[in-house]
Amino acid sequence: MTTPVLALSGVSRSFGPIEVLHGVDITLHPGRVHALIGENGAGKSTTMKILAGYQPASSGVILLDGQPVTLSSMGDAEARGISMIHQEFNLAEQLTVEQNIFLGRELKRGPFLDKPAMQATTRDLLARLDCHAAPDRVVSSLSNSDKQMVEIAKALLRDTRVLVMDEPTAVLTQTETAVLMAQVRVLRDQGTAVLFTSHKLDEVKAIADDLTIMRDGAVVWTGPASDLDEHQMAEAMVGREVSDLYPPKSTTVGEVVLQVSGLSVPGFAEDISFTLRKGEILGIAGLIGSGRTETFEGLAGLRPAKGAVRIKGRPVTIRHPWQALDHGLCYLTEDRKTRGLLLQKGMRDNLTLQALHKFSQVFLNKSAEDAALDQAIADFDIRGSRSVIVGNLSGGNQQKLLFAKTMLSDPDIIVIDEPTRGIDIGTKQQMYGFIRRLAEQGRAIVVISSEMQEVIGLSDRVLVMRRGRIAGELTGDAASEDAIVRLAMGVGQAATPDKEFV
Amino acid sequence: MSDIAKPPRQIQMGVIGPILALVILVAMGAAMNPNFLGWDNITNVLARSAFIGIIAVGMTFVITAGGLDLSVGSMAAFVAGLMILVMNKALPTMGVGVPVVLLGMAVALGAGLVAGLVNGLLITRLGIEAFIVTLGSMGIYRSLVTWLADGGTLSLDFGLRTFYQPVYYGGLFGISWPIIVFAVVVVLGEILMRSTAFGRHCAAIGSNDQVARYSSVRVARVRLLTYVMLGVLVGVATIMYVPRLGSASSATGLLWELEAIAAVIIGGTVLKGGFGRVWGTVIGVLILTLIGNILNLTDFVSPYLNGAIQGAIIVLAVVLQRESKPGH
Ligand SMILES: Nc1ncnc2c1ncn2[C@@H]1O[C@H](COP(=O)(O)OP(=O)(O)OP(=O)(O)O)[C@@H](O)[C@H]1O
Ligand SMILES: [Mg+2]
Repeated sequence: MTTPVLALSGVSRSFGPIEVLHGVDITLHPGRVHALIGENGAGKSTTMKILAGYQPASSGVILLDGQPVTLSSMGDAEARGISMIHQEFNLAEQLTVEQNIFLGRELKRGPFLDKPAMQATTRDLLARLDCHAAPDRVVSSLSNSDKQMVEIAKALLRDTRVLVMDEPTAVLTQTETAVLMAQVRVLRDQGTAVLFTSHKLDEVKAIADDLTIMRDGAVVWTGPASDLDEHQMAEAMVGREVSDLYPPKSTTVGEVVLQVSGLSVPGFAEDISFTLRKGEILGIAGLIGSGRTETFEGLAGLRPAKGAVRIKGRPVTIRHPWQALDHGLCYLTEDRKTRGLLLQKGMRDNLTLQALHKFSQVFLNKSAEDAALDQAIADFDIRGSRSVIVGNLSGGNQQKLLFAKTMLSDPDIIVIDEPTRGIDIGTKQQMYGFIRRLAEQGRAIVVISSEMQEVIGLSDRVLVMRRGRIAGELTGDAASEDAIVRLAMGVGQAATPDKEFV
Repeated sequence: MSDIAKPPRQIQMGVIGPILALVILVAMGAAMNPNFLGWDNITNVLARSAFIGIIAVGMTFVITAGGLDLSVGSMAAFVAGLMILVMNKALPTMGVGVPVVLLGMAVALGAGLVAGLVNGLLITRLGIEAFIVTLGSMGIYRSLVTWLADGGTLSLDFGLRTFYQPVYYGGLFGISWPIIVFAVVVVLGEILMRSTAFGRHCAAIGSNDQVARYSSVRVARVRLLTYVMLGVLVGVATIMYVPRLGSASSATGLLWELEAIAAVIIGGTVLKGGFGRVWGTVIGVLILTLIGNILNLTDFVSPYLNGAIQGAIIVLAVVLQRESKPGH
């Protein structure tokens, strides 16, 4: 094999008294794609941040071209050809695409910015990524996937020998993932060393040359990716047998609890009608941008919407999210970082925020809150120190906390948007079991997901959305991946009378 | 479980910092002038702190919820003017006595409430930046009081003033009313912030109003309430203030808003919102008042430099705050 370009040897990392990485070794070779997998909180992001100079190691060495180096900052690492794309977006939301890509390395002509040159380069880079965001669009107006592409374009601009990507595909659709993977292969063939994490093991299997598996802050397996199949990877990660990812479906559903007719969310969705029954899990499939999130945000009073909504037979008007909760309807956001959790606050304050009324007569009952947190930590297997601010929890544990928070307010109708984004496979299984149990307890559940397998495996019934409309409904065995894709792309015959054919 | 999120040294600094500054100031004052720790001077300092302090407690909630109110100084002047005007008008029919004073107090509280409500509604209903709205209302109230006073000074009827004066100068067990009211406001404020859903909601909205909204918090209502509460507290402060001088003019309450905001920030509340502490605000107010007091008691430094020293302390407080931020 070639000489390694970048390696960690015996690296440990502590936050305060707690050690989260214990003597990690990892070796990256030029021209190879290396996947790092592990459970939530296993230490993948921390390892990557150390490799890319965002965080120092507490002990151990970083070897660049075989020589020990100290990466004093991310700027230092970038100067040495190491770029990292974070699990969370690292973009200046108010700046344009082009300004973001060239941030800190603006092209100049004399004292002035060379706008045309930067625009042209930006367009080039994005075209390579099959992304059609205009260079002068403000980043905050972009979709998640476009933002991810901008992040990648930013890294591509820098002459990168080592590209580190922390869950780059978590927010991408399958098509977008394919584009990204193609780009990664190009980079690899040019000799770049690529390190990435993903909780989607099929992706790992498809693209990784080398594989490292971490559990609880230590490397438990490393070697050629071809040595393990997906099932073995999952077992090595979780440390136990993982089978039957999805719980058995329900056989009995109750009466209709939610009836939506002619719901429209201006600019995003039109004429949405469906019913939801007690004890049922309704899956919502569709491409990113098909208006799934917006439809349900509209329903939950988070955006202006029109249409008739009945809950348990009674017509209701929902203009604000708190009204939705009063009617027992709750929407769990897909965007845990900016809409779901207060990143600067601790777990307790986050957990009880939505159900605070349960903990306050006149005064807040903090010991009851603490007890609720104990319960949530146990129920949802949240790993991380209790006193840590939520922004420092690993991504998957944040998601579990968000879930726990929503459940605490005890809604009857729950809309869960991307329930397992960034969650490891063992936890996914737990989550699915949990969602199913909620349904069995008589709650009605809507699951919006971009992961086709998840929608199919979890739902009793699937609605497919396309361009802001319901393109069709699929039940039972008819809900196949193929059928969903056809409806989502507009090439299929709908099972129910459809509004548009192509 | 151990504290790993909060780097011990830095957070300590955020908590200890203001207290330490206060202790140092007191020690300096005591060293410079033997009268400094005398009962008279202490009550004087506390009574002077009371007006700004009462307002600053309200401001703590506004800032914690991610807002700002620049209008409180002018609002106090306007409320004082209106109060004096109404009391003078009612005097011939009601005569000097408790009823007319109660009427004046009701007017002050009512006017404060309405003024806060107007600010709050403009900010929450129309979605205009708090800075802009209150910059506007600051100008409006200031010019209203000038207009009410016809460019001069509105004075409370002399007889009534003598009758009303005990509200500032009198008290219980040798402690004057403003101090007592200030203390009550602080205790209630601290409890409200620390131990009620309202306080928690303010902090949540200030740290990320989107998250609060998605968590079914009634964001607009909580925000509105912080401005209304601040308005009412401006009314309370004015009730204490009017008997002191018995007059109001366009110079009344000048720069109070800045002193109140400064006290809040010195006390460790985060200017961008998301975290507030009422007791810190009290310390902030005391620090600001003490600086003036010490400069007056010694001829070491010119009292004209009061503003400069206060300014330096404000900047220092923010520097400390930044260091105690988690993450970096
Ligand atoms: N700044 C920090 N302060 C305290 N603890 C931290 C900090 N950063 C990370 N941790 C802890 O270190 C552990 C490893 O976190 P890390 O983010 O590396 O996990 P991960 O493998 O990337 O998980 P995920 O798949 O959920 O993203 C977690 O327990 C986390 O709570
Ligand atoms: Mg991670």
